Amino acid sequence: MTETPIVEAATATDRTPVLECRNLCVSYFTRAGEAPAVVDFNLKLMPGEAHGIVGESGCGKSTVALAIMNYMGRNGAIVGGEILFQGRDMRTMTQEELRRIRGSKIAMVYQEPMASLNPSMRIAEQLAEVPLYHEGVSQREALARAESMLEQVRLPDPKRIMNSYPHQISGGQQQRVVIAMALLSNPSLLLLDEPTTALDVTVEAGIVELIKEVAAKFGTSLIYISHNLGLILETCSRLTVMYSGEAVETGAIHDVFDNMRHPYTRGLFGSIPVPGANKNARPLAAIRGQLPLPYARPKGCFFGPRCDYFVEGRCDQPPLMMHEVAPGSSHATRCVRFAEIDWSAAKASVAERQPVQRGQVVLRVEDLSKHYIIESGAAALIGARRTVKANEKISFRAHEAETVAIVGESGCGKSTFAKVLMGLEPASAGKVQLGEIELANLPVQRRDKHTISRLQMVFQNPFDTLNPSHTIGGQIGRVIRKFGVESDPKKVQDRVDQLLDIVKLPRDFAKRLPRQLSGGQKQRVGIARAFAGNPDMVIADEPVSALDVSVQAAVTGLLMDIQREHRTTLLFISHDLSVVRYLADRIIVMYLGQIMERGTTEEIFSPPYHPYTEALLSAVPIADASVRKRKIVVAGEIPSPTKPPPGCPFQTRCHYMIKGVCDVTPPPLREFGADHVIACHLEKDALEKMEPVITAGTAA
Amino acid sequence: MLKLIGSRLLQMLLIMGVISFILFAIFDSDKFKKQIAVNELGGFAVSALSEQDYQAWLEKKGLNVPFYQRYLNWVAGVAQGDFGKSFEKNEPVADLLATRLVHTGLLALWVFALMIPLSLLFGVVAGMKEGSPQDRLTSFISVLTTSLPEIATAIILTVIFALGLRWLPPNAAMVNGWDWRALVLPVLTLVLYDFGYVARMTRASMAEVMNSQYIRTAILKGLPYRRVILRHALRNALIAPFTIIVLQMNWLLSGVVVVEVFFQYAGFGKLLLDAALFGDIYVIQAATLVAVFVAVASQIISDVGYTFLNPRIRFA
Repeated sequence: MTETPIVEAATATDRTPVLECRNLCVSYFTRAGEAPAVVDFNLKLMPGEAHGIVGESGCGKSTVALAIMNYMGRNGAIVGGEILFQGRDMRTMTQEELRRIRGSKIAMVYQEPMASLNPSMRIAEQLAEVPLYHEGVSQREALARAESMLEQVRLPDPKRIMNSYPHQISGGQQQRVVIAMALLSNPSLLLLDEPTTALDVTVEAGIVELIKEVAAKFGTSLIYISHNLGLILETCSRLTVMYSGEAVETGAIHDVFDNMRHPYTRGLFGSIPVPGANKNARPLAAIRGQLPLPYARPKGCFFGPRCDYFVEGRCDQPPLMMHEVAPGSSHATRCVRFAEIDWSAAKASVAERQPVQRGQVVLRVEDLSKHYIIESGAAALIGARRTVKANEKISFRAHEAETVAIVGESGCGKSTFAKVLMGLEPASAGKVQLGEIELANLPVQRRDKHTISRLQMVFQNPFDTLNPSHTIGGQIGRVIRKFGVESDPKKVQDRVDQLLDIVKLPRDFAKRLPRQLSGGQKQRVGIARAFAGNPDMVIADEPVSALDVSVQAAVTGLLMDIQREHRTTLLFISHDLSVVRYLADRIIVMYLGQIMERGTTEEIFSPPYHPYTEALLSAVPIADASVRKRKIVVAGEIPSPTKPPPGCPFQTRCHYMIKGVCDVTPPPLREFGADHVIACHLEKDALEKMEPVITAGTAA
Repeated sequence: MLKLIGSRLLQMLLIMGVISFILFAIFDSDKFKKQIAVNELGGFAVSALSEQDYQAWLEKKGLNVPFYQRYLNWVAGVAQGDFGKSFEKNEPVADLLATRLVHTGLLALWVFALMIPLSLLFGVVAGMKEGSPQDRLTSFISVLTTSLPEIATAIILTVIFALGLRWLPPNAAMVNGWDWRALVLPVLTLVLYDFGYVARMTRASMAEVMNSQYIRTAILKGLPYRRVILRHALRNALIAPFTIIVLQMNWLLSGVVVVEVFFQYAGFGKLLLDAALFGDIYVIQAATLVAVFVAVASQIISDVGYTFLNPRIRFA
């Protein structure tokens, strides 16, 4: 195989941008007609630079990446503008030229590592292909390079990984393999499309660290696509905010973060729970309305209908161009009114709310354990059985009108706990008392209507939890009748209307089918359904993690409002520490089925910390340029719950690990204050000496 | 894996036991016994037969013994490889079955040899580019051939190639000895029918794979298109069709009755039909055992093969 230099021929100097998009327009062609996915997109990426693209789902950020790769499927096409890669227009390249650039000059890392790797090929072969087909090296050389690259992306035991199939390694390892694959030919441009969205926070922190490191080492330019502003702040020097297919604001990261000049950017930041946001004193402000569909965009400014600064006659006059914020500056906005808006004025926004006083104890959990027994293959024949301790000795209390959050990464047992509570799984040991009723071994089939209606659940995925063939009103009404709240059709209808009012949906939504609703609206229906029987307690299992940030703010706000009014106890299960910090009163940190630390929100977020809490806090990206974080290294990955380490579950990754102690005996409970407990071998004073992980900056 | 095969075989024995017992019980009724007598001696002879002579006939045939006893005898015989004798043809069932199975096996072999490469090729090429002309053409042909019942295809082919063009004999009775030419029309009928089904499955599977993210990865890695198709797509796309093809074995054994009868081909399906009409209980029993065996065996082959093709299952 001979490699003719294609790109080198162009005059590539340090001043030539690696990539330049000029007025790029991409459309998808469907039966409904042309749907513009990206409109008038401009970007200039210099060598070694990292550029972030931020936006909510459907804003066209992934389409930009695929357009750069010139891969838009059968129905997509670049309909205008140009993409210059190292000075050459990619639209004029032949298929063969494109093929040589893909994977060698421009490489890509994808959102779902598992789906992006071929399930029936060993990692070794998938990696070796890159040098094999781009540089024509020998098979041996290719394999050797693949292995050394696996080492460089910090994968333990590269030999074993080379011989594995993708499903045999963890998600974090898979993503490292994909990154290794992208780096194998030393590309000049690396496209990262939500590379850590599918991963746990501590794993995410490791991947982000790796990306920054390799980009610096190889001088690779990055385009980092994410919905997470905090991640962009950590990785990029420049940023473009996209909305509905358009770049609405672009500039150096600190210009945009500190002096945002587009109402959408401002709205986006307003709906992210950053430290300092508080559900009572500084509630989040959701952006009202919904993202317009690609073929139903408004005239003029696409954000117009949702914007507080909308002025008729100006904002609805196309075309809207990008304006430089200051002459000669690289900070630009698509807002025509940016010069007139008083950006320093506090957002005319959500009113302050009174904190709620908590009441009596509603839920009492004592030493609750849930073990699963796995019998597998040959082991079952000789009678050997493995036990998975999904929950081990969980104890806590929840009061009326209080929000208790359970936080942890995948496999920590938080969802199992919810199942036991709901009666979908029997407990192995321990007690769960809701009021005076013992629930630990009362399966949901044997619970009476009243008990079931007292304890309800809001599910993670609003898209799958509503029956697609029944109307919204029918589904809520059924719950009302089942729980015996009302039986008279007229009264049921009234109650449905009332519930729709509570979740702030128009009453005529009762006649709609789930497919006619957006994700956020469906989740509101889920909440209405859970509150139909006037529950004492609602378990919300990741209720906002499937939703976009601006919708998240609205849904969390709604939950808080309902709680305030009905004095419901909320058990909020989440992996997202930012959201939890914002809305929880008390937090339980779980790791591999055990409680590592529990306490009030302030106690959890300030020292003394459990080493795991400390690591978790350090791993969470924060979208606030003024916040400083202490960096804490967490080694390795979460062990499989089927093979938990002996002693303290966190000992394999903890940098305070005391040999001979932590890996032998389970940690003792150390008590600080009224209900602040840390399960750790470190002495009390050692824990107390820890420094805060997150420090708010001086600038407001 | 061994455990799986073991439990499948156990299941098979259970099914065989239950089904043969039920069949025995049904065919033990007086009505069926009389039917056999009528078939053998002729209706007039039977009506003229005195009760005593009828009993004597039953005894001669061994039909006077209570059926559970006959069943036990039969089971014991089967365990020793003796399947009894055919009432109709007065031959040992084992020999009869063996020749018929060879015939049907030959037919099936040819059908597989033609149908598998054809349908995989068309399916893969169609699935590579969804909505392309070759995809539409394949879809059209496969829907057409599958929706035509075998009997219709058989008639059309016979009219064209045997009666019209006179290239091929119209039936496959082969009274004058073995004739390969006679096999062409039955094979063609079955291939046409089965091709569409397997091709459509292959197409769907290939199209799904081509839309998967790992194919996108392979393309964006800058691999040549040939490599993407042959190394990345094909193996994953063939997992589903493999299972389906193996399960066709079952259909080819007992589903070919129509074709074998139409073309007068002395195969397994025709044997089964004749035996059922005659009430030839031992032939029916043996044929059923064979059918159950083939069904379970194809199931096992497809399961085992699936785990080998799909590493995710193999190591799970």
